[in-house]
Amino acid sequence: MSTFKDYINGYAFGIKSLLIGMRTSMKVFMQKKITERYPENRHTTLYIPERHRAMLVMPKDENGNNKCIACGLCQMACPNGTIRITSETRETEDGKKKKFLVKYEYDLGACMFCQLCVNACPHDAIRFSNHFENAVFERDKLILTLNE
Amino acid sequence: MFDYYNLEPVLMWIHSTMCGLMPEWLAFTIEGIAVGIFIMVMYAVLAIILIYMERKVCAAFQCRIGPDRVGGRGGLLQVPADVIKILTKEIISLKNSDKFLYALAPFLVIMASILTFSCLPWNKGGEILHMNIGIFFVLAASSIGVLGILLAGWSSNSKYTLIGAVRSGAMIISYELSIGLSVLTMVILCGTMDIQEIVAYQENGWNIFKGHLPALMAFVIYLIAGNAEANRAPFDLAEAEQELTAGYHTEYSGMHFGFFYLAEYLNLFITAGIAVTLFLGGWMPLHIAGLEGFNTIMDYIPGVIWFVGKTFFVVFLLMWIRWTFPRLRIDQVLILEWKYLMPLSLLVLVIMTVMKVFGLVF
Repeated sequence: MSTFKDYINGYAFGIKSLLIGMRTSMKVFMQKKITERYPENRHTTLYIPERHRAMLVMPKDENGNNKCIACGLCQMACPNGTIRITSETRETEDGKKKKFLVKYEYDLGACMFCQLCVNACPHDAIRFSNHFENAVFERDKLILTLNE
Repeated sequence: MFDYYNLEPVLMWIHSTMCGLMPEWLAFTIEGIAVGIFIMVMYAVLAIILIYMERKVCAAFQCRIGPDRVGGRGGLLQVPADVIKILTKEIISLKNSDKFLYALAPFLVIMASILTFSCLPWNKGGEILHMNIGIFFVLAASSIGVLGILLAGWSSNSKYTLIGAVRSGAMIISYELSIGLSVLTMVILCGTMDIQEIVAYQENGWNIFKGHLPALMAFVIYLIAGNAEANRAPFDLAEAEQELTAGYHTEYSGMHFGFFYLAEYLNLFITAGIAVTLFLGGWMPLHIAGLEGFNTIMDYIPGVIWFVGKTFFVVFLLMWIRWTFPRLRIDQVLILEWKYLMPLSLLVLVIMTVMKVFGLVF
């Protein structure tokens, strides 16, 4: 008798779970669609999520200064050798020796957007922006200098 | 009551006029050719509409837009473009295949589908094949399709096609039982197998309301089993892409493949059309008892619009099922049929018989 009960229970459970599935897919059916009609809507309704990683940038404040301390952690963290930092040691007014960033080169063509450099940075000097239209005709143009 | 849309006098007038101009055999021949062309054209047009609808509905269920570029914003020319592409493709022939059966198989599949397609009641007096065992004929003719699938799988001489065909055969033959039993339930309710009379029986209420609970259950069973008959997901074992490349039509190309594809979509339409005929009143308009004005307005809508509209509604239900559920394994498919659907449809059959005998239906 209990097997018959199991059979009926299984039947009811199956129907219930199928109905839940159909309700879920109907919800998606009614949702706003996420497809972007790209070339037409690039100036109107195009939405790229904030966290999308398209290119490494170094934000500057209003005086044009960045937060980079030229520690080189990002360069060491990068698995592809995408980042090359040129730094020089200068003496500050109070006589301390300090590294200064001269050139921060970033090869967009070799970057795999793993975000290890951003995670490694102790001062949040670099971040990924969602500016994704980066196609160029020459490879050299992909090598960007971020601190300019 | 619906006489302003009855096609029969018009068709009889055409026939008698033609008989006046030429001998009767010639009139019959010309009419036959005209009806044949009409069926072919409808078949192609409906297939294009259904493929477009499938792509749009599937896209919506996956939170996408679907075809959008070819032919303006709606992507309306996408499917015609695909049809033209498939027409220009080469039909290859395989070295070690059974040439005759290989060429025959797609035609068997499409013939079965056209035969059942001709039985659909489009309008009052608008049925192409009319016979007093219509619904029985539909069941019989739709079974020819499985022969085509088996032959296609066997004659291609490839392990993928053979496995796909055998699976498909096992599945279709199993689900035929549930279809037969749920159709029989409605035949008991209506007391006739004639498709036009089944529709006429539903003049004062669709079967799904007349037969209430058992009819509703039979409707659901019919939809599930019909989905399996049409070889569509979640029952698309015959063409399980991951395991069998494309199943029974792996070795076909060009329009021969196109025939299988066409038949699949038209079988969807036919399944829906038969469901509408049996459960949702065919071309009968929706009537609500007590609302005379509403009923009169509904009567002014031609039957063909009712039929096509209801059919597309059922097609949408089937697509909803298709794009919701994951595919079943072959043993699960057979368990679903033999352990769940078949007992339930037998039970529904018994309940319906008892209710009919004791007059518990409306």
